[in-house]
Amino acid sequence: MKLAYWMYAGPAHIGTLRVASSFKNVHAIMHAPLGDDYFNVMRSMLERERDFTPVTASIVDRHVLARGSQEKVIDNITRKDKEQRPDLIVLTPTCTSSILQEDLQNFVSRASISSDSEVILADVNHYRVNELQAADRTLEQIVRYFLNKARRQGVLDRSITDTPSANIIGIFTSGSHNQHDCRELKRLLQDLGIKVNQVIPEGGSVEHLQDLPKAWFNIVPYREVGLMTAKYLEREFGMPYISTTPMGIVDTAEFIRQMEKFVNSFLSKEKVNYESYINYQTQFVSQAAWFSRSIDCQNLTGKKVVVFGDATHAASITKILVREMGIHVGCAGTYCKHDAEWFNEQVQGFCDEALITEDHTEVADTIARIEPSAIFGTQMERHIGKRLEIPCGVISSPVHIQNFPLGYRPFLGYEGTNQIADLVYNSFTLGMEDHLLDIFGGHDTKEVITKSLSTETDLTWNPESQRELNKIPGFVRGKIKRNTEKFARQEGITTITVDVMYAAKEALST
Amino acid sequence: MNTFEILTFECETGNYHTFCPISCVAWLYQKIEDSFFLVIGTKTCGYFLQNALGVMIFAEPRYAMAELEEGDISAQLNDHEELKRLCLQIKKDRNPSVIVWIGTCTTEIIKMDLEGIAPKVETEIGIPIVVARANGLDYAFTQGEDTVLAAITHRCPEYKSWIDEEDGTKKEVLSVSSEQKRDETFESPNHPPLVLFGSVPSTVASQLNSELKRQSIRVSGWLPAQRYTELPSLGEEVYVCGVNPFLSRTATTLMRRRKCKLIGAPFPIGPDGTRAWIEKICSVFGIESQGLEERETLIWNNLKDYLDLLRGKSVFFMGDNLLEVSLARFLIRCGMIVYEIGIPYMDKRYQAAELSLLQDTCKKMHIPMPRIVEKPDNYNQIQRMRELQPDLAITGMAHANPLEARGINTKWSVEFTFAQIHGFTNAKDVLELVTRPLRRNNSLEHLGWTNLLQSAII
Repeated sequence: MKLAYWMYAGPAHIGTLRVASSFKNVHAIMHAPLGDDYFNVMRSMLERERDFTPVTASIVDRHVLARGSQEKVIDNITRKDKEQRPDLIVLTPTCTSSILQEDLQNFVSRASISSDSEVILADVNHYRVNELQAADRTLEQIVRYFLNKARRQGVLDRSITDTPSANIIGIFTSGSHNQHDCRELKRLLQDLGIKVNQVIPEGGSVEHLQDLPKAWFNIVPYREVGLMTAKYLEREFGMPYISTTPMGIVDTAEFIRQMEKFVNSFLSKEKVNYESYINYQTQFVSQAAWFSRSIDCQNLTGKKVVVFGDATHAASITKILVREMGIHVGCAGTYCKHDAEWFNEQVQGFCDEALITEDHTEVADTIARIEPSAIFGTQMERHIGKRLEIPCGVISSPVHIQNFPLGYRPFLGYEGTNQIADLVYNSFTLGMEDHLLDIFGGHDTKEVITKSLSTETDLTWNPESQRELNKIPGFVRGKIKRNTEKFARQEGITTITVDVMYAAKEALST
Repeated sequence: MNTFEILTFECETGNYHTFCPISCVAWLYQKIEDSFFLVIGTKTCGYFLQNALGVMIFAEPRYAMAELEEGDISAQLNDHEELKRLCLQIKKDRNPSVIVWIGTCTTEIIKMDLEGIAPKVETEIGIPIVVARANGLDYAFTQGEDTVLAAITHRCPEYKSWIDEEDGTKKEVLSVSSEQKRDETFESPNHPPLVLFGSVPSTVASQLNSELKRQSIRVSGWLPAQRYTELPSLGEEVYVCGVNPFLSRTATTLMRRRKCKLIGAPFPIGPDGTRAWIEKICSVFGIESQGLEERETLIWNNLKDYLDLLRGKSVFFMGDNLLEVSLARFLIRCGMIVYEIGIPYMDKRYQAAELSLLQDTCKKMHIPMPRIVEKPDNYNQIQRMRELQPDLAITGMAHANPLEARGINTKWSVEFTFAQIHGFTNAKDVLELVTRPLRRNNSLEHLGWTNLLQSAII
């Protein structure tokens, strides 16, 4: 047992659901107790989804506990098959249901006889893997299933496209800035004359997965999700893949050079050369290279920061801060414990220390000890920053709704470098502004004359009403005070009691 | 769509969306100031709490997860030792007056004997431990509070009263802390002691107290009180009355185990409900109520602007928090037409007075009785909604945005559990919530963006 207040990565089934619901026309059925379908709320809220989240629960209740699910799961699968005709139904166990040790595979086999949809059981161990690992695994499982099916049916076409093309693997729902990153990647590929064969899982169709091998190579922008699929495709079809994240100017250039290498390996003549594109983008399209050179960035030289997040973002941002902006990273860390080795290797030489932990208090203690001028982390680090009065830029999941912006905010590619530069610079200047205000004694308007109608002699608040007033949250207290006093004056009351407060609330329309 | 002359009860498949009952820790830890809530469950429970409670998680909450690991599930670790270790940690860090263990689905399935372990750990660490099984196998959302209050009921002190030898008046013990200090005992009023149950913010509690004070009724205590150490005393002489519709286990426990007398009344939600609630309490105590009609009329008059917006509009409750019947009754009285009252669980005995007020209200307002659908099926409900096109759907967050995209106004149901909705004073707050989508959409209406879906199918 572990005493826990907060977790960076969610439980395994969330990863499975994120992958399944990212595909078009795929439905997930959770084998779960009432209330475990919280994923639907998150997707509907964070992504502001217009469509019903294609996830339902086959409820595990007291009866199931006593007698087993019996026909319930099968009925729910066949019912969903009739109602919505999905291409695929993914039966998803939860940590609760996996202890029941029901033979879910048997339900799946039986249900697939009577339904038109394909039915599979998500194959993840709920006590050993987290959300991200499960997402990685589920994506591979679905891809493998449909490629095997195509192979069995003899419809697997192994020829590649005429012109250079790539698959983008690992863009999915509730991923921080995933939609914008995807758009930026597509733009980058288009600039270079590389066709996007498929993007999976977001917006992809499982019926088209059999065409994945037509691409010349695969792109895995985020380390957490997609690598298993890319490795599988490499093993089965000899497809090369790029796992360099095109975040920051240096790594974006590196990413493009790798593409160049793959494209040229397929071309017999007229080899491509992307160097001039890289140079033009670096110097003139992206403002980040110029920003690094400008006096703004000069002022950031040697400032100390702490970076924490998922492996991809924390490693990339650390490298950008150090290599491209001359900022001192006191500590770089990740909660992706399963990928610690890779992370350590990436940030080695870029930071004083590396921190691999899932415990937010350990992160908080590290930040308090290092006393950086800015933090780049997740929502949790933002709150830690608030408590320690250190500014924080949010760079990685888990994030709140404000990190699903409507405007275009990629982290990847050349536009991404601009966004990151803004994020970094704004975090620092705000901290500096606060600091200067403190030094010079704060805003000179600190003692504002309130719009309060109160005058000292007129009305008195008795102790009980004073206490009641203090219970009201600060941001509306002034308004309630004024409304109550206005009411008291109208009624010719001089002493304000709790009853007068209530009466005022009842009488006045806000 | 059929309409009915009498209330009809249906039961569907139970495939509906609601919050897990462990969410009750969110409001209960704030209500009971010296408590600590320990939820014994898996990552799934923790993830739900973390996301459902949003920013509250960062305010040093007095709750935590005891996260079960593989060793706990396979019984390689000793539950008693593990729980004791965590509770000692909590004692050291927070020193609460009570630790509430919330049992979850997982502890049910692996049959962890929380009720058996608790008394041992309690003696070992010297802090009371209350066990509530608020799990998704048995309960929905607000019923979590019901399980906690039912468990706490056993910890309330025994009610005592005696005649003071000096002045011959009747004195009584009202709570634990007043038992320790005798000078805090009160002179009895001219009616038997009354304890109200249900967790409401302290402002709302004092508003309801003062409503009853106007009728010369003194509220002896609340379950829960602001602090665990101030739990009200209970016993055979004590009358109890609920303020929330989801407290049927607590009501049963109060009657059967503590021998209290239950006053079955409609719930004080809306001016009509509040008046009926007060009148019922008065009638039980043989007190003639004073000025309630005028008071109710005055409140209705102040609500006029809202009522103009609501009159003739239709509403559909998908059902997830058990407040549905009371809210529907209030909205019908406001002139709305209710198509369907979805509700997770319907205790016809505990809600009897509320159901009969609903029926009277329908007759009075000349509208057909709504259908009450227990354990609803969200998919079927959405099909029905497509047919009925209600002016407002009261629903969970999972369905709100998709319904809005299909041109159906929605109000997120969870807000009703967190807003102040009880008593005369807060009637306006309820209507503020209900009319918000209508007001917002009135101002957007001329833009012609009602349907924001490319393929307009539900």
